[in-house]
Amino acid sequence: MESLGVLLTYPMDSYLEEELGKRCELFRLWENPPEKRGEFLRANAASIRAVVGNTAVGADAETIDALPALEIVASFSVGLDKVDLAKCRERGIRVTNTPDVLTDDVADLAIGLAIATMRLIRAADRYVRSGAWKAKGDYKLSSKFSGKAVGIIGLGRIGLAIAKRAEAFGCPISYFSRSEKPQTSYRYYSSVVDLAANCHVLIVACALTEETHHIVDREVIDALGPNGVLVNIGRGPHVDEPELVSALLEGRLGGAGLDVFELEPHVPEQLFGLENVVLVPHVGSSTWETCKAMADLVLGNLEAHVTNKPLLTPVL
Amino acid sequence: MSAENPAAETPAVERERLPPVLLLRPLSFPFHDALATKFRLLKPWESPLPRDEFLAAHAGDARALLSFGPSPTIDAEILACLPNLELVVAFSTGVNHIDVAECRRRGIAVTNAGNAFTEDVADYAVALLIDVLRQISAADRYVRRGLWPINGDYPLGHKLGGKRVGIVGLGSIGSAVAKRLEAFGCTIQYHSRSRKPSISYKFFSDVANLAAESDVLVITCALNTETHHIINKEVMLALGKDGVIINVGRGALVDEKELVKCLMEEEIGGAGLDVFENEPAVPQELFHVDNVVLSHHKAVFTPESFQGVLEVVMGNLEAFFSDRPLLSPISE
Repeated sequence: MESLGVLLTYPMDSYLEEELGKRCELFRLWENPPEKRGEFLRANAASIRAVVGNTAVGADAETIDALPALEIVASFSVGLDKVDLAKCRERGIRVTNTPDVLTDDVADLAIGLAIATMRLIRAADRYVRSGAWKAKGDYKLSSKFSGKAVGIIGLGRIGLAIAKRAEAFGCPISYFSRSEKPQTSYRYYSSVVDLAANCHVLIVACALTEETHHIVDREVIDALGPNGVLVNIGRGPHVDEPELVSALLEGRLGGAGLDVFELEPHVPEQLFGLENVVLVPHVGSSTWETCKAMADLVLGNLEAHVTNKPLLTPVL
Repeated sequence: MSAENPAAETPAVERERLPPVLLLRPLSFPFHDALATKFRLLKPWESPLPRDEFLAAHAGDARALLSFGPSPTIDAEILACLPNLELVVAFSTGVNHIDVAECRRRGIAVTNAGNAFTEDVADYAVALLIDVLRQISAADRYVRRGLWPINGDYPLGHKLGGKRVGIVGLGSIGSAVAKRLEAFGCTIQYHSRSRKPSISYKFFSDVANLAAESDVLVITCALNTETHHIINKEVMLALGKDGVIINVGRGALVDEKELVKCLMEEEIGGAGLDVFENEPAVPQELFHVDNVVLSHHKAVFTPESFQGVLEVVMGNLEAFFSDRPLLSPISE
């Protein structure tokens, strides 16, 4: 792959960066200040045949237009909301992502966030660390997780993995999807509002597209209600964030476990004082094991591309 | 009182008819009122008499004793004041604060919370494990300190799937933990006093051997003289540098001083702890590290668990006073 010029958009993974550096001709986009990036791309356009992006910085129309020699976008993610797929289709550019290898980690985090939020675990840890645990404990009751109705938006690989885990806790499962999935026995709702009204924990696990932008809006939040908990391991823009914040501040929503936000890395500071929320910095697939598997998949796809073999996980 | 209307008796007289149950300390939360409707609660602390004199005066009545919380311990001394005692009803799963040997000797039955807490404790253990491996509480601290925009991505955590989980004590709580973690792709193995023939998980008769072949230890056994410090230095070193310990049993199941040392010296990878040897004291060294999650013994604090244990306690008392089998006698 030595002759393959690869644009890495972001320092997403040190192992991936190292391997790309060793095996390809590597161009590091982030090393250039934002105002110089256009120039950088133009200067190297003839060499750059591949882009490796992630959920922070992908391959938007501007980037793709600046790279006439671009043949393949290999995303270090399963979500492709940061890749201009229409443009890629138009130009005949191949696109790959990293499905399956991160399914378990994301599903694990979804359940971990749900229980952490409902059982006030993060708040307990903070309480103990503050030295406040004296003879009189802070023994307020928290919400039981086992047996509570779980509603999943999007029953793809990740949604199904979440369902399987929640079932082990005796949680009845229901879901919303573009279409009903007859091969599962979970209860289907054709509207997200109805799903929210009929579950205790609502988990966002669908892809981000134009249709699913703000799929969790004020109406859904109100349907979920003051005892309901929202878990978002999808994308920030799935949720109307200002509406979510005011619902939490006003007690109209019971709690939220959030891995993603509309304007990462910025998280609404009004949430910082709440104990019924858990906030983590987009760590859904951030484990040593999974990042290595994702990186190997990116490298494998690039390798297949240059040797004219079938791509491992093509989207386009 | 009216002869024409015997049904209109005063509440005080009705109360006198209720079976007496001895308490040794006040009941908090919603328990007192519910129990007071069915039983006449004897409360030594409300009497001007010192406790021993109160007990001597009411010994005849005291066939049943409610034990709420870890103190006072129901030791031989207290039991000696209660010659007519036949039943101790505990609000907890663990009965390490009760001299069960002395109760057995005297023919005093002991009941615990039965399965009232099983699901909530199992949920809590699983959540603590995910928190330690995926650094949920630590990453949340990072976000709330405003560090995400400044320092960038949070360091990588560890995957739960595929981990070998050693359950120490495969009772109802241990089994519930196992069932949950199987759904996450963990391999379950266990140590118990004896092998359970109907269970397909791998059995280890020695805890250190279990630790040597596990990535995680979840402590869900009862505390008694045999299991005190069952998780000791040998076990921790066998578990190893990436190993994680989750304790939702009793603090004294783990050699806490040794645990702190192993964590500080990175001989084990992390810990999730809901219980400690000398609650509410928690080793302060743990306040400054990110690979532990600390909780103040609240795994059972949900409305469902509280309702559940109240039902078990009431049920045991009602069964006792009507000569029916107890709901949740502890196993011998």
